[in-house]
Amino acid sequence: MALAYRAGVPLKDMEFVQYHPTGLPGTGILITEATRGEGGYLRNNKGERFLVDYDYGVGKKAELGPRDMISRAIVQEIEAGRGFSGAYGAYVHLDLTHLGADVINFKLPFVRELAKTYVGVDPVTTPIPIRPVVHYMMGGVDTDIHGATILPGLYAAGETACVSINGANRLGSNSLTECLVFGAAAARHAMTYSKGAAAGDERAVIAQCEEEAGRVANLRGRKKGGEKISAIRRELNNVMEASCGVYREQGSMQAGVIATAQLRGRVADLRLEDESKVFNTEVITALELQNMVEVAETLAVSAAHRKESRGAHTCKDFKTRDDQNYLYHTMVHHDPAGPRLGKKDVVLGKWVPEERKY
Amino acid sequence: MAEKTIVITRFDPDKDQAPRKQEFKVPCEPDWKVLDAVNFIKDELDGSVSHRWSCRMAVCGSCGMMVNGEPKLTCKTSINDYGDRIDIEPLANFPVVRDLVVELDGFMHKFESVKPWIVRAKEKAADQAALHPSKGTYSQSAEELATFKQFSMCINCMLCYAACPVVANEPEFLGPAAIALGHRYNMDSRDEGNAERNAIFRGEGTVFSCSYANECSEVCPKNVDPAAAVNQAKFEAVIDWAKNLVLPRGGA
Repeated sequence: MALAYRAGVPLKDMEFVQYHPTGLPGTGILITEATRGEGGYLRNNKGERFLVDYDYGVGKKAELGPRDMISRAIVQEIEAGRGFSGAYGAYVHLDLTHLGADVINFKLPFVRELAKTYVGVDPVTTPIPIRPVVHYMMGGVDTDIHGATILPGLYAAGETACVSINGANRLGSNSLTECLVFGAAAARHAMTYSKGAAAGDERAVIAQCEEEAGRVANLRGRKKGGEKISAIRRELNNVMEASCGVYREQGSMQAGVIATAQLRGRVADLRLEDESKVFNTEVITALELQNMVEVAETLAVSAAHRKESRGAHTCKDFKTRDDQNYLYHTMVHHDPAGPRLGKKDVVLGKWVPEERKY
Repeated sequence: MAEKTIVITRFDPDKDQAPRKQEFKVPCEPDWKVLDAVNFIKDELDGSVSHRWSCRMAVCGSCGMMVNGEPKLTCKTSINDYGDRIDIEPLANFPVVRDLVVELDGFMHKFESVKPWIVRAKEKAADQAALHPSKGTYSQSAEELATFKQFSMCINCMLCYAACPVVANEPEFLGPAAIALGHRYNMDSRDEGNAERNAIFRGEGTVFSCSYANECSEVCPKNVDPAAAVNQAKFEAVIDWAKNLVLPRGGA
């Protein structure tokens, strides 16, 4: 995303981030939706199936409700004091004990392995601690139906792209459609494009490669710098969780905009120790972090501008959807001065958007 | 929290004549895996330590290392299984690129050589529909899946190559994971590539080089039994050869 963004391609709908309700605290390891599909329950610290006992809007669907609503319900349950506290923050229970060993071994063997290995819990006898974890970016590099961007010859497909089969929310497994259908479409279109395209200006390409090689060489063993990679990465995690998490507020999102802009400045001045040209993973990590900070800033800026709640973007201070003012795609353009916002019309197609009621 | 001494084997081909050991004092949390300690060193103590890792949930297979002399998937190995001093080296039986990073090319070529994909004699839709007219294309029963499912759980972590005494003496040996993978496709009811793979398995340095030390199955972090696959493959390769002798055109 950052590569396309810096090359002048806008990122679309970056504020829409899907949280998955059932990740392990600390590691964030995902416990599959199939646990709830097979009949698993979510329980609070009183042992209650809170999705049934309290009104979270998912109604009879309870544990089979959508990811965003269940994630919000868990956060509310924890804020109401009905969660558990642990070394890696508050959590609730995913209870599979009533399914029995046979179902768990046959249908969910990997869940049992993960729970035993990473939280020391056997789900046959004991509930698994879980909390919502960041899962998927609905937004990404703006592409058309062929995976093509506005930059001729640059294609994107998969989670990095935003071809808009998802909107402000998404269904599980649509990632496969994004990869397989639009990956193939992008490859075919790119092939046709490259056959018809001129060879390009070789000297310009070489100059660009040399510039990029210089950027990497400057990072390698950059001992003059100010801060460690790990310190900035941790801070970025905390900033994004606090400002653009399951629930958002104007104040916190604005703080996120300011903090990510500052991090963008700081991440340009990293301190690196590894001078080797062989398998230098520190340089890769530094490049990744610089990209992450840039992407995080587009996310915060997009989120803060959307003063409504839509799909996965849930604001405590703007609780309803506002089609009058915000029924459009958010576009973020790269600018030396900082991210610049724009809009793009939504193609609604067959179905008129309606309020989600269960 | 307990402080442990983590000894990392370092090697930079640009600077070092031979591998050297470097000690780090690491404050380890009780719920850490060995990989967490190596990541702590990389993040906080020495950014030049090189190692591979990605998913840290025993799926990607990239963080295999020798831990106190045994091949381990470090994201799945508790730090508390060890004492105050833990020796971490690159996987044995592989050329070292740098520090804890080993060369994968040879391993990847071995994998490719067993044709690890579904081979079909005929690929036309009409022919496929004729194979299973009532069940649909490529359908497979639970019983058919059960014949090979465990062999499909391999995550290509290469621990079995680091443990195998035959690989240690004969680096060209096709090895446990590649044989188990080839066997997995031979057992797959949708596959028609047995004859091609069995011909490979009858060649030099493949299934008959195995001395059945069973080390591969002992170290597998996913409870795959490659030793069983190798021995089933030996049997199939011989039966296939005998069938060809009696029925040269493949029989029924």
